[in-house]
Amino acid sequence: MLEVKGIENGIVLDHITAGKGIKVFNKLFSDQTDYPVVLVMNVQSNVQGRKDIIKIENRFDVDLDALGLIDENIVVNVIREGKLSEKKTVSIPKKVTGLFDCKNPRCITNHDVYCSPEFDLIGSNGELEYACSYCEEITKFKL
Amino acid sequence: MKDIRHLIEPEDLSVEEIHDLVDLGLKMHKNPADYAEVCKGQILASLFFEPSTRTKFSFDSAMMRLGGNVIGFADANVTSAKKGESLADTIRVMGFYSDIIVMRHPREGAPKLASHYCEVPIINGGDGGHQHPTQTLTDLITIQRFKGKLDGHTVAFCGDLKYGRTVHSLIRTLARMGTKKFILVSPEELQLPSAIKRQLTTKYGVELQEVKYVEDVIEEIDILYMTRIQKERFFNEEDYLKLKNSYIFTANKLKTAKKDMIIMHPLPRVNEIAYDVDTDPRAVYFEQSRMGVYVRMALITKLLEVGPYARG
Repeated sequence: MLEVKGIENGIVLDHITAGKGIKVFNKLFSDQTDYPVVLVMNVQSNVQGRKDIIKIENRFDVDLDALGLIDENIVVNVIREGKLSEKKTVSIPKKVTGLFDCKNPRCITNHDVYCSPEFDLIGSNGELEYACSYCEEITKFKL
Repeated sequence: MKDIRHLIEPEDLSVEEIHDLVDLGLKMHKNPADYAEVCKGQILASLFFEPSTRTKFSFDSAMMRLGGNVIGFADANVTSAKKGESLADTIRVMGFYSDIIVMRHPREGAPKLASHYCEVPIINGGDGGHQHPTQTLTDLITIQRFKGKLDGHTVAFCGDLKYGRTVHSLIRTLARMGTKKFILVSPEELQLPSAIKRQLTTKYGVELQEVKYVEDVIEEIDILYMTRIQKERFFNEEDYLKLKNSYIFTANKLKTAKKDMIIMHPLPRVNEIAYDVDTDPRAVYFEQSRMGVYVRMALITKLLEVGPYARG
């Protein structure tokens, strides 16, 4: 069986739905080369059957909204000196700023450097629907 | 610091405030001389990054009729926007030169961005295909004048319901004010956006009847709101040419219409209302343009808190 040792200091993203670990890695950590990162896929889970796990050493901050957009099952464990010091759950964010672009090509957020795209969650039935707070266009994500 | 009120979308005004503005606009129409000095010494900046005839000049006229002054431009090519200046920078500075700003911009959401960087009230004079709240006020004052009340009418919208910002603003506001059913007449490609449809049905419990031809429903209609197929909203000429003649309303189609139906249009029209309709008493679109000046006068006094809206 594959073994990955624990970390002394850092965060562990646990209970990632199997197959979504690579998406989380690409979205949040692909440009983060300064810290050691381990992505484990398809490990056994009592709750989920199979799950993915990401461990990042010496880093403690993570964008919970971005995680919530990808997978609301994720649990963030903060490890300090080898011990679990904090557990954070993620949820589908009601408001999102700057995490994705508005799909409306006429929207000001796609044309002005001063403008960071902001969205409000308006539906989460099978897919997430976010309305742009500038132009009201809806952007959808599959859950 | 003084609370600044902006008008970015129709929802920035409560239903009561809209009724108040319509009533005040009608009073101003009747007795404009009573309000001729209320904005003396104040400056309106009219910033039109996209062409306009009625909105720009009715605002300019409104401010002048209130005794105020107007600065601004009708072509963004004569400003530093042409040199690549950001909207936020332009607006910040124009806020120092004026007491109130009306702006039109081709980008949707631009007036909202502007309102974050401005110390004077911003009025949205139209942002792309998104919203046009002062056209809505113009439409409402016209309905009040010609139909005597704002609710209880069967309203049909005809033409470009997809990109028609005047439709988006008005239909939402009428729903908010109690209208329970709308008839939507448009080609499939130019139907009302699904987000607005959903908002109307779920938030306001409105019934939407979609039909292809206005002739099929003309007998039921109290207010027929015509719109232009807008060339500037299409990314390619071919799509525009395919749809531009979708709906042409002629006097012949009025035969079975109600005697007190009114025909509205935000103008400019191209060919969607034939000239033979103009002389029919039910055609109120030119009067609609006239009323735009008075309701904009009312709005300026409200946002500047002068005249009838002066504090204390």
